[in-house]
Amino acid sequence: MNNSEKKRMNGEAEEENEEDVEDEGRDAWERTYTDERSWEALEEDESGLLQPIDNKAIYHSQYRRRLQSLSATSAASRIQKGLIRFLCVVVDLSKAAGEMDFKPSRMAVIAKHVEAFIREFFDQNPLSQIGLVIIKDGVAQSLTELGGSPEAHIKALMGKLGCAGDSSLQNALELVHDTLHKIPSYGHREVLILYSALSTCDPGDIMETIQKCKKAKLRCSVIGLSAEMFVCKHLCQETGGSYMVALDEGHFKELLLEHAPPPPALAEFAIANLIKMGFPQRAAEGSIAICSCHREAKVGEGYICPRCKARVCELPTECRFCGLTLVSSPHLARSYHHLFPIEPFTEVSARQLELSRVASKTCFSCRESLLTPGTNKAGPCAACTKCKQYFCLDCDIYIHESLHNCPGCESRRITPAAASVTMS
Amino acid sequence: MLKEGAIESRLVAGPLVVTTWPRSFLLPPHSRGKLLRDFNQSTVVVGHGYASFQANRRSLISFSDDVSLLVVLIDTNPFFWSTSSSSLNFHQFVSHVLVFLDLIVRLSQLNQIVVIATGHNTCDYIYDSSLDTDQVTGEGELPALYSFVLQRLEEFVDKDEKLGAKQEGLSEKRASSLLSGSLSMALCYIQRVFRSGPLHPQPRILCLQGSPDGSEQYVSIMNAIFSAQRSMVPIDCCYVGSHNSAFLQQASYITGGVYVKPQHLEGLYQYLATVFAVDLHSRSFLQLPRPAGVDFRASCFCHKTTIDMGYVCSVCLSIFCKHHDKCSTCGSVFGKAQLDAASDRKRKASES
Repeated sequence: MNNSEKKRMNGEAEEENEEDVEDEGRDAWERTYTDERSWEALEEDESGLLQPIDNKAIYHSQYRRRLQSLSATSAASRIQKGLIRFLCVVVDLSKAAGEMDFKPSRMAVIAKHVEAFIREFFDQNPLSQIGLVIIKDGVAQSLTELGGSPEAHIKALMGKLGCAGDSSLQNALELVHDTLHKIPSYGHREVLILYSALSTCDPGDIMETIQKCKKAKLRCSVIGLSAEMFVCKHLCQETGGSYMVALDEGHFKELLLEHAPPPPALAEFAIANLIKMGFPQRAAEGSIAICSCHREAKVGEGYICPRCKARVCELPTECRFCGLTLVSSPHLARSYHHLFPIEPFTEVSARQLELSRVASKTCFSCRESLLTPGTNKAGPCAACTKCKQYFCLDCDIYIHESLHNCPGCESRRITPAAASVTMS
Repeated sequence: MLKEGAIESRLVAGPLVVTTWPRSFLLPPHSRGKLLRDFNQSTVVVGHGYASFQANRRSLISFSDDVSLLVVLIDTNPFFWSTSSSSLNFHQFVSHVLVFLDLIVRLSQLNQIVVIATGHNTCDYIYDSSLDTDQVTGEGELPALYSFVLQRLEEFVDKDEKLGAKQEGLSEKRASSLLSGSLSMALCYIQRVFRSGPLHPQPRILCLQGSPDGSEQYVSIMNAIFSAQRSMVPIDCCYVGSHNSAFLQQASYITGGVYVKPQHLEGLYQYLATVFAVDLHSRSFLQLPRPAGVDFRASCFCHKTTIDMGYVCSVCLSIFCKHHDKCSTCGSVFGKAQLDAASDRKRKASES
């Protein structure tokens, strides 16, 4: 440890000698103006109008790297995904969250992105539940119970934004452990900690708490906003979660949204079980009943629990009287694309496209020209391994991130005879 | 309106022999070209006027909120059209749709139409009003739009038939069309329009479907529906088949579109013009047909019956009506940790 410290200090000393003395006082965001000079990347065309910066290729290569890393882990063995998740989001609202290196303050940035994350989470995992916990003044408090309604969580979070005091990781872990201990055995227990502080003030031995969490099969992930900490790294390694540190606001948003799709589930973490669920029908038009969630009389809207006939306003929910989980079939269908994912497309270089015998060089799904604009040469594109159709880069991203259907494969009819031929 | 019998239609509607492609569901081969010439026109704009007004459109840059981009998915599945016992045959259907498309184009100069055909073996783009190659000048009595679309439709049906000839022995009695393919293509096109900049017309999808639902397409259609919901693109449907389509009812309900099953198919144009011609902004001022009882109950995987209460596997989300010991889809044993189950299987395999 001492040698590396010395090396680091020597390195810094050398750097300081080379750079100007003024740069010492600059923050990272200020250095983007002095050092990186993003305005110099702008170009003008012949009439003096600004040309858009072509970061499409950069964006696409970033996207492909992400896709490759995801598919590499899942394609290795048929890893199941945890579809029924119980996630506790722990937000650190200690004094460090008031730092202004994320504009306007870390707390505001966290709140904004957690709201987007909660909506995305329920969109991708309709059967899962979230609970919010905040750390303030060295104490962890549970802001909302585990529940499935995004509005309730967002409202609670927005009402309680104030930072003070120290941060205590052990108290948070103890609280989360007690909350997640009570859930049924088929659910996957996850914790996501958004940590801004650089230290933790604990009443006891945090290593014991980490071992307790590991035994309870909690998967803890941390997103740090300041710097890498050993205790967070150890926690994530022990429990099998991921530890990342955000560099700026865009990176933080990306890291946060990476936790929205279901992670690969370790087989021994959750016991497979048959969950009894109800599929309620819509209440008849014009019928009046008192709904069980708001205790108000409602006309016509809502669903009727098949077991106890109570009226509920929205799905998915748990019936208040008989405890039956109520869902509709689209909610289950939302998770099917995790179970039947499409394979990533292969990249086709411009040369390969030119050599191919395709008559019209247009993207199969959106009919946009695959030639580089303004020239007659082919640009980069992607091709599906199964149907061999060509797609433009934007369609590739849309298909894999949102649509989850390959238009080429869906536009073909495969008879059972042909299917067995291709598989053998 | 177009007169009955104006189009010479010699449909050969024999018994549905599933192994052969239904021949001449459009027209016998020697009279194919006649379709264009015999097409009766009634109250439409003359062809050459149409081409010049397309050119003027591009110079206007103000997109008000009642401009729409309508993507029409036409069902050309011959297994449906050759056996449909309703009063509508394929020519009449196409004629109603063509007049409707012309109506859309004339409601606003900035409206755009894209037509995608849903076949039995493939799907393809038929017409895109914003493409330069699709602007043709009319020759003779027919407006350019009609002749172009009819010609492309005939080419598409030929291609569909050729692709079907390679396959033998379809085992299903009710052959469905590839709706998921054309929905996916429509959504990709709409994403391209979104990417083109802040000024674009409001997109929506209109499905003119008659074929029954194919249960093998359930997952793909639901994926397309959720993607449309996220992009806020309504999926409307005008169903001309015999029984209601559960998939399309769910699609319209989830995405906020309109589902209509016309009772009198001879007046199809009337339904199209009064319900689907209006842009999204003006829909709030109309009394549109309301969904009557969309059934969201699930069907169990073992018997395919709709159930009120069932059991769901926590690993693969398959639905069962009774308690089982083992999931038939993913093979997970219930009540035991996966690792124990796997070691049990290994032990049993080594013993036997």
